[in-house]
Amino acid sequence: MRVLPVGEDALLVEVSSGEEAQALHAELLRRRAEGSLSVGEIVPAARTVLLDGLAEPAGVAAGLTSLALPPVPPPAARTVEIPVRYDGPDLADVAAHWGVPVREVSRVHAETAFRVAFCGFAPGFGYLTGLPARYDVPRRPTPRTAVPAGSVALAGPYTGVYPRSSPGGWQLIGTTDLVLWDHARVPAALLSPGTRVRFVPVAPAVTETATATAAEPAV
Amino acid sequence: MTDRALAVVRAGALTTVQDRGRPGHAHLGVPRSGVLDGPAAALANRLVGNTPEAAVLETTLNGCSVSPRSTVTIAVTGAPCAVTVDGGPVAWGAPVRVRAGSVLDVGPAVSGVRAYVAVSGGLTVEPVLGSRATDLLSGLGPAPLTDGAVLPLGPPGRAHAPVDAAPQPAPPAELLLRVALGPRDDWFTPEAVRLFTSRTYRVSPASNRIGLRATGPALERARRAELPSEGVVLGAVQVPPDGTPVVFLADHPTTGGYPVIACVRRADLPAAAQAAPGTPVRFLVARR
Repeated sequence: MRVLPVGEDALLVEVSSGEEAQALHAELLRRRAEGSLSVGEIVPAARTVLLDGLAEPAGVAAGLTSLALPPVPPPAARTVEIPVRYDGPDLADVAAHWGVPVREVSRVHAETAFRVAFCGFAPGFGYLTGLPARYDVPRRPTPRTAVPAGSVALAGPYTGVYPRSSPGGWQLIGTTDLVLWDHARVPAALLSPGTRVRFVPVAPAVTETATATAAEPAV
Repeated sequence: MTDRALAVVRAGALTTVQDRGRPGHAHLGVPRSGVLDGPAAALANRLVGNTPEAAVLETTLNGCSVSPRSTVTIAVTGAPCAVTVDGGPVAWGAPVRVRAGSVLDVGPAVSGVRAYVAVSGGLTVEPVLGSRATDLLSGLGPAPLTDGAVLPLGPPGRAHAPVDAAPQPAPPAELLLRVALGPRDDWFTPEAVRLFTSRTYRVSPASNRIGLRATGPALERARRAELPSEGVVLGAVQVPPDGTPVVFLADHPTTGGYPVIACVRRADLPAAAQAAPGTPVRFLVARR
């Protein structure tokens, strides 16, 4: 574990794997809840956890170097099920990257137990881990200028669901009607770091699928 | 609509509603947002008798015009500019009484970039996650102002501050940003770190509420690997592949995949918000 000072009042704690980052995040949340860590923001990411808004960063840094991480993150409080139609325009490309028939993509994806490693990119966008490393895929060579809200997508080791329409370079494999982010709802974000996620395939209605496919961008 | 409202006569290039932002949600991908020049916005609120968290307008370069539906007190701070009511000059940086139906115009910035317009009672648009700030990165909060828009006002608070004018720092002729190196300065060549901390950059016209872009010597990386996404702080100086530094301002993304070479001291960021395109910028290494 490396603890890097960031500006005046933040620390970036770097570990060697995504699993360790999740364990560290869980431990830091536990310390904040019990009152032994006073911090403005705890932001987990791929291999790091950022502690922002520390009154005494040097003291916290010294305490972290002796931290023994619990080997496995404690179980998350809840599981979110995301109904998905596996109708994305990049299914065939993803199948080619994986070296499997197209229908295998949805089967593998829907059988995977995912976990929100961290959020970012847009409010409510979670980076979900769980797929084995052999299913890593590159981003699209040319990003789409508009990816529809609800698109279920893959990039690198991650799965994500676009909370709203935005440009994006991830490989689109499906669509959900679930609203990932609604600031009028409590909580606004359906997915937060640590949340467990399952994708539940729903059979696409024939006419809807035809419409959805026709509406996809050409790139 | 009650008469506690403010009509937008001329929205200007980019005028947004801002307050102290929505910190505490970075782990959900929600930027902090909020005013870029905190001291100027706080002064404007104090001048009209508002509490510090009241929402104000933040203009960009060419001001805006507004017309209250009931008599209010307005103060304009931040970038120095001509202020008029119904065409007649009134004070900048001081409380001004504006009668119902009159038009207050915030002129183009004489220097600096962003003027702050506080109205007695504050702007009371619907808050999102506890803040009325417009976040231009993620689209949270009210949309930027448009001509003809009407913004609700809260009830006026205390009497306005008993001052004629309040001193304010002038926008910087040269922007000096004190930085602490890291967390990823080791991703750059020693020569790049030397260039970054010794050469003069200039504020790019492509700067915005997300980041101040600095044009100047490109910073060469020592490590070519892709940096896994990591959390970033306000004031982080991120270096994208083109090698030119970007100082993250209030609407910055919460995580990023380009290395952060240094972080700017919080106290120096209000001046960064007022540095017009072309302003020379120097990054000075300061002790933590």
